[in-house]
Amino acid sequence: MIDFGFALTPSATLQIDNLDNKLFEQLRNIEPDVAKCMACGSCTASCSAGNYTELNLRKVILSLQRGREQDTLNSLKSCMLCGKCNIVCPRGINTRHLILSICKVYNI
Amino acid sequence: MIFQGKQKIWSDYQKDIPDDHYFYVRSCIRQNFFPASEQTFLDIVHNRLGKDFYETPHHTTCGGIAYHGEAIPQETVMTIIARQFALMTESGYENYVCSCITSFGLYTETMDDWRNFPELEAKIREDLWKACRREFKVPKYLAHASDVIYKFRNEIAERAKFRLVNKETGEPLRVVEHIGCHYSKMFPSKGIGGAEYPYVLAGMIESWGGEVIDYPERRHCCGFGFRQYLVKANRGYSISNTYKKFESMEPYKPDMIITNCPGCPFFMDRWQYVIAEQTGKTYGENGYGIPVFTYEEVAGLVLGYNPWDLGLQIHQVAVEPLLDKIGIPYDKADKYKGKNGKLLRVPEYPMNIKCC
Amino acid sequence: MKENVVIIGGGPSGIEAARRIRNFGYTPILIEKELRLGGHLAQWDRLFPEGVYAKEVLQTLLSDMDGIKWFTDVQILTINRLKDTYVIKLTNGISVQSKAVLITTGFQLFQAEKKEEYGYGIYNHVITNADLERYFQNRKDSRIDDPKVIGFVHCVGSRDEKAGNRQCSKVCCATAVKQACEIKQLYPDATVYCFYMDLRMFGRRYEDMYLEAQQKYGIRFIRGRVSEVSENHEGRLVVKAEDTLFGRPLRLSMDLLVLMSGIVSSHQSQELAKMIKLPVGEDGFFLPQNTILEPCKSQKQGIFFAGACTGPKTIPESLSEARAAAVAINDYFNTMTE
Repeated sequence: MIDFGFALTPSATLQIDNLDNKLFEQLRNIEPDVAKCMACGSCTASCSAGNYTELNLRKVILSLQRGREQDTLNSLKSCMLCGKCNIVCPRGINTRHLILSICKVYNI
Repeated sequence: MIFQGKQKIWSDYQKDIPDDHYFYVRSCIRQNFFPASEQTFLDIVHNRLGKDFYETPHHTTCGGIAYHGEAIPQETVMTIIARQFALMTESGYENYVCSCITSFGLYTETMDDWRNFPELEAKIREDLWKACRREFKVPKYLAHASDVIYKFRNEIAERAKFRLVNKETGEPLRVVEHIGCHYSKMFPSKGIGGAEYPYVLAGMIESWGGEVIDYPERRHCCGFGFRQYLVKANRGYSISNTYKKFESMEPYKPDMIITNCPGCPFFMDRWQYVIAEQTGKTYGENGYGIPVFTYEEVAGLVLGYNPWDLGLQIHQVAVEPLLDKIGIPYDKADKYKGKNGKLLRVPEYPMNIKCC
Repeated sequence: MKENVVIIGGGPSGIEAARRIRNFGYTPILIEKELRLGGHLAQWDRLFPEGVYAKEVLQTLLSDMDGIKWFTDVQILTINRLKDTYVIKLTNGISVQSKAVLITTGFQLFQAEKKEEYGYGIYNHVITNADLERYFQNRKDSRIDDPKVIGFVHCVGSRDEKAGNRQCSKVCCATAVKQACEIKQLYPDATVYCFYMDLRMFGRRYEDMYLEAQQKYGIRFIRGRVSEVSENHEGRLVVKAEDTLFGRPLRLSMDLLVLMSGIVSSHQSQELAKMIKLPVGEDGFFLPQNTILEPCKSQKQGIFFAGACTGPKTIPESLSEARAAAVAINDYFNTMTE
């Protein structure tokens, strides 16, 4: 192989075909409310950790749906389980419980 | 695929293309990339079709590379264009035809800007006068040279010695058509067939016996992108776009690619070599690449020109397997001979992509 | 002698207005260009939010047509005003006179093939919302072949200045969510996506529909507009969009793509506007005298509006407006006789 000093760039496109959704379905079984998220972002806006770390619960939920959990799972470690997001969620999702379930299902 | 649906769109995007009497301008880079394409075009229109196409040695680049490479401002490029128009006016022509897609896009854009902002045109007229004491008329008609070949595609088919057909199986060749972005993406109504399903090359392929492949990334840019290629740091992004196209067309097993832009055939041809040398991947049959042609080269092949007179030896991807498939004769020994019959240097063979 | 009221357009607004105008003691004359009354309602299977059958609604409306004259398969040739009376010549040779004319010419769906990049009429598995309703009615469409992945594209030809329609079509979000759930009922194993820019679930119980789509039917909502569609070598559709919440381009293969064709002003409205010089907005819909206080009155005396000819509306909104127009017309006659 020749090194030309440049190389193919990996694609940023989300490839949804053949997405392995088993873990997310498992999560949905124990936390049916995760499907109710409408991505308003109030959880992140009020998050104690989110203001100082990468934690963004809206993004975490989305990344699980898109099979890109590796992008965000680590950030959940910053969660202090204060429950502020629980109070603000307009869809009444028990976000605190959801976070614990994510940790269980995705093994973190 | 519902073919009638495409025909409907094609009938919506037709444009009148004058029959004859054109002022012809060359491309600055095509003469290096595909040195015989423009000569072949002029030979076809002059000697095969008997048309009046005039060119003058005084014309220059349109400035497009510098403009799209962000090296010169728009006023400068417009003044260069104004000078070309002045040459046309002085030669007594009203129909302007250019060889380059980026020129075509730039001329179209400039003429559109002048229509919308007459004060800009007035300023350019003044600048041109100050710079070289010339005056111009805006062309009555602007065509890209592929529009002209499209217009005469059936006449070429009537005179054809070969068709885009596999001589062994009798099956039509599977042809990918790739349209330069600046042909119709900026002004869909100026391109035959519009921007989403351009017909200019598809029409040639149909007339000459081939079968057009419609693959998912058909509309995608070839990857050249001017400064994306010109700046080495961006080249990975340039080649990745080309790679995306080849990955997308691969399952259709194309026999060949036809293009109507200076950059596209060059990059789709040369990047196949780079992709092969970087990743080991090739897209043609038996370790070869997929040969990429300009429409003039294909018209020349169909009309029975000697492949080496068409400059096909300059291609990176070997064209011989395709010539064999169609049954076009060629002399192996002549491939690297110059005009004077003396052998020029023979290029080195690459490692991962087969060449003849 | 009873006064005539000519009603142009035999969709739900026209039919309901005719019934109410008759109840006030006038003779409604309903003019319909198609062979049958019912307008778009006759082409639709079920209505959001509860999923009531459109057929039942139409049957109820048509069950009580005594005292109403109607012509089908007829168009307007000319309308002229003589003093306070409109003389309307029809294509069937008949001429009718009326002091009040009610326009209920409704809407038409945006022609999806104009969005060339979506490939309607070119790729085998691209259909429209109207095609899907027809499929729900008769289960016949060769383009729908046991789909495993299905997509809905909101805002096709609406909220799209390049398509000539800046306006929101209002009802397509709710329709898309309804249809997504319905197709999931037919194909429970399919994965269904909705591509939306904003989800406008404005009406009562529409939000419940959305919630049900998310929870019960597992519809996947992707905020992003489909940019282009193509077909791969297996004949499946390849769809490109941005997942704007994720901030990345997204690409997926599908077996069926449903385009939510937006609502645009009908051809008949355009013709009428020219014929009697009625002002229309930039969006092509008629401009009423006052959008808040007098939505049923035109800017010309004796000409009234009801339904979607003044902008996208739901069926109950159109029916309410038809009743309001009947009241406005009755008031108009009363002030004339005073």
